[in-house]
Amino acid sequence: MIDFDVVALSRLQFAATALYHFLFVPLTLGLSFLMAIMESVYVMTGREIWRRMTLFWGTLFGINFAMGVATGIVMEFQFGMNWSYYSHYVGDIFGAPLAIEGLMAFFLEATFIGLFFFGWDRLSKVGHLAVTWLVAFGANFSALWILIANGWMQYPVGSTFNPDTMRMEIVDFMAVLFNPVAQAKFVHTVSAGYVTGSMFVMAVSAWFLLRGRHRELAKRSMAVAASFGLAGSLSVVVLGDESGYTATEHQKMKLAAIEAMWHTEPAPAPFTIFGLPDQETMSNDFQIQVPYLLGLISTRSLTTQMPGITELVDHAKQRIRDGLVAYEALQAIRANPQDQTARQTFASSWQDLGHALLLKRYRDDIQNATDAEVAMAANDTVPTVWPLYWSFRVMVGLGFYFIAFFAVAFYLATRNRIETSPLFLRIALYSLPLPWIAAETGWFVAEYGRQPWIIDGVLPTFYAVSGLGVLDLALTIAGFVAIYSTLAVVEVWLMIRAIGHGPKDRSGLEDLVSGPDRPTGGGSFAPRPARAAPDRNA
Amino acid sequence: MDLVPLDYPTLRLIWWLLLGVLLIGFAIMDGFDLGIGALLPFVARTDEERRTVINVVGPVWEGNQVWLILGGGAIFAAWPPLYAVSFSGFYLAMFLILVALILRPVGFKFRGKVENSRWRETWDIALFIGGAVPALIFGVAVGNVLQGVPFDLDGTLRPSYDGTIFGLLNPFALLCGLVSVAMLVLHGACLLAAKTDGPVSHRALDYGRVAALASAGLFLLSGIVVATLIKGYVITGGAVADAPSNPLAKTVVREAGAWMTAYGDRPWTMIAPLLGFAGTLGAWLLLGARRPGLAFLSSGAGIFGIISTVGLAIFPFLLPSSLNPNASLTVWDASSSRLTLWIMLLATLVFLPIILAYTAWVYRVMRGKVNAASMSRNPNAY
Repeated sequence: MIDFDVVALSRLQFAATALYHFLFVPLTLGLSFLMAIMESVYVMTGREIWRRMTLFWGTLFGINFAMGVATGIVMEFQFGMNWSYYSHYVGDIFGAPLAIEGLMAFFLEATFIGLFFFGWDRLSKVGHLAVTWLVAFGANFSALWILIANGWMQYPVGSTFNPDTMRMEIVDFMAVLFNPVAQAKFVHTVSAGYVTGSMFVMAVSAWFLLRGRHRELAKRSMAVAASFGLAGSLSVVVLGDESGYTATEHQKMKLAAIEAMWHTEPAPAPFTIFGLPDQETMSNDFQIQVPYLLGLISTRSLTTQMPGITELVDHAKQRIRDGLVAYEALQAIRANPQDQTARQTFASSWQDLGHALLLKRYRDDIQNATDAEVAMAANDTVPTVWPLYWSFRVMVGLGFYFIAFFAVAFYLATRNRIETSPLFLRIALYSLPLPWIAAETGWFVAEYGRQPWIIDGVLPTFYAVSGLGVLDLALTIAGFVAIYSTLAVVEVWLMIRAIGHGPKDRSGLEDLVSGPDRPTGGGSFAPRPARAAPDRNA
Repeated sequence: MDLVPLDYPTLRLIWWLLLGVLLIGFAIMDGFDLGIGALLPFVARTDEERRTVINVVGPVWEGNQVWLILGGGAIFAAWPPLYAVSFSGFYLAMFLILVALILRPVGFKFRGKVENSRWRETWDIALFIGGAVPALIFGVAVGNVLQGVPFDLDGTLRPSYDGTIFGLLNPFALLCGLVSVAMLVLHGACLLAAKTDGPVSHRALDYGRVAALASAGLFLLSGIVVATLIKGYVITGGAVADAPSNPLAKTVVREAGAWMTAYGDRPWTMIAPLLGFAGTLGAWLLLGARRPGLAFLSSGAGIFGIISTVGLAIFPFLLPSSLNPNASLTVWDASSSRLTLWIMLLATLVFLPIILAYTAWVYRVMRGKVNAASMSRNPNAY
């Protein structure tokens, strides 16, 4: 039987490490393009200030990137470590995008990131610029493949269950590749990264300007970030990933939960701006609704009806019963692989097998499940509503704030008035954490809203864990918490320190602005005494 | 219409070879980073010496580490049961590797950001752990694969594991761990000797020669133990090379000396252990002759030989089970579907040559010695 403490701890560990990893990813996605844009201006105009900007933001990028790499390996290994049945069950499909991500994207990004830092004095201007763009493209391709993998978890297309190998297998790779959920998620996620990168540049630059430091660098950085951030924030909201919500039963459930729509409303459904969802009575208190809006947003029609939670639960009950037919056929095939009747029954009913597995929470011999157990399993398909309801509203509210913020920034930048607007500079500085809050709540809506499924409609989360003990998980969770907390403190401290030192940090940047062409000899780049001197304690 | 032009056994064999390519690629490319990390406190004493050592791998470690990430991804995609069983079975060992691999990137990146000797010495320890611990554990893992791992699969192919991390740390596995450490330290020492000058280069040369002898001697010793004490595994029936991947369909027995039969049945496979010895001892000779660049190539060939030796000895096994030998994972019953293997093969054929090309280009750009002068020319040096 499955140990539900292990399930809870495995979920906690995955959520914690993923949320932590995702602190670094959006900044990498956005800042890499901003650096590439800045360096492009440098190469086109030959003006040194743009190289200084690239180097300065590059230093901060490097600190962030190291953490992204370190925490990313944990993500890849964790599937096998904590979710071994998942790895067996869907590795045939899910593994491929992860491996291709390594082949096509991460190798590119990681190989050229070294040259980005170490190649300044070894490459031509154009050569180095190409390296910077390759890093940016590598990072973004990486996101594409990860989201193809994640999109398949939300909407498992192009695959079927093979009773001989007891797992899902691929039948149509193109369907996995062009999964509409994955495509929408990709655009949404990288755009969120562009907003994060832009806000980071805005806030740090605003801090410089408020103190009257590095004005030329800060003003130019803000101009770039304002336009890139405006494009990114428009894209993140307008091309938001709602397009996938109507795709499957459970995506519909996720949408209904986000909206706390307990019962089917006549089309077009109203949008609840505010309300206090109550899971027990299945109703909302104090709700304020805008008529028609939800129906228009999510179905883009006035007549398509959207199912509410109660109706979706009824439907889940039916699918569980149908799933038991598939389950019994599967047992028959396992007992006698030549049983053609069972194979035919299974082939026509396997899509509901996952629903039957929901019963494994209540008993092992699920073919004998009672009506009460079927009802409980059907109720399990409803995620807890209030956290989804509120995180979604926080995320969307921030999305609209970003559009307004970057629109003002863009206006001020084009009028060259940013520097003379201390109020705006202060707002920019204090807005720094907001993109991270939006990104983390967005992750939460997508992945918590997927529950109780690890693969939507195919595999329940609890059924996918490894056969580990509570002690194993307690040890690794304690270890990750200790290391991650320490590194978080160190990282933030180093970032603040690097920002405080500004672009004239000990990295020798001061020397770099002395002329458009670098001297080839070591002359003007002689090591500073502190670095050349042997370590006193050595 | 069948879109896949290769039959299932051929694809499985190709992916077994590619698994070898990726593991050897990781051991050769990231192996010198690990070896250099393990050597850091010994070959470099002053801060400038340590910076020199770190800047040898500074521009390339990020790319090298992707060999491991790609290896993990490829095992997931091409050998899902292997990924599921080994990563969850070696749970705490994997966690230790993760800790080491978390410390490494931040060690490289953070160490040079603050000029304070205590700060830097702390990160030097992190880099040492980040190099030595994975080198040891990967070898220990191989030692356990050779002995069989206590796992089982139930009828739904759900893996279960009956063992602890202390079971992994048995004497033979630790011997294999030492082979791995010696081999990677040798490899790292060769590169250090070639890429630096002065005292660091001389020390690297000396440590490299010791590591070369240790590597060859321990490799020989573990070979003798495998031939005499370790029980191998033999398939006795039920294995069909183009059947759907279900490890429970076959029967397997344990037999003393079974791992050596491959060399009798297919004498050409003797090339692998011979290359292991020749490469390692060749590196010893070349280091003695002050030719560290050639020694690096030679130690790379030695790594190729040593890892191939293991792969060929246990073929077609990937992960034998000591608990229920019938559940052992083999090339014929632990792969992905034929379509996935084919798609992944296409992706590899397209991208692996591109990766090798740009990696070679990066090494060409970064060629030359690393020393105080070269570090001061680069504002981003670690």
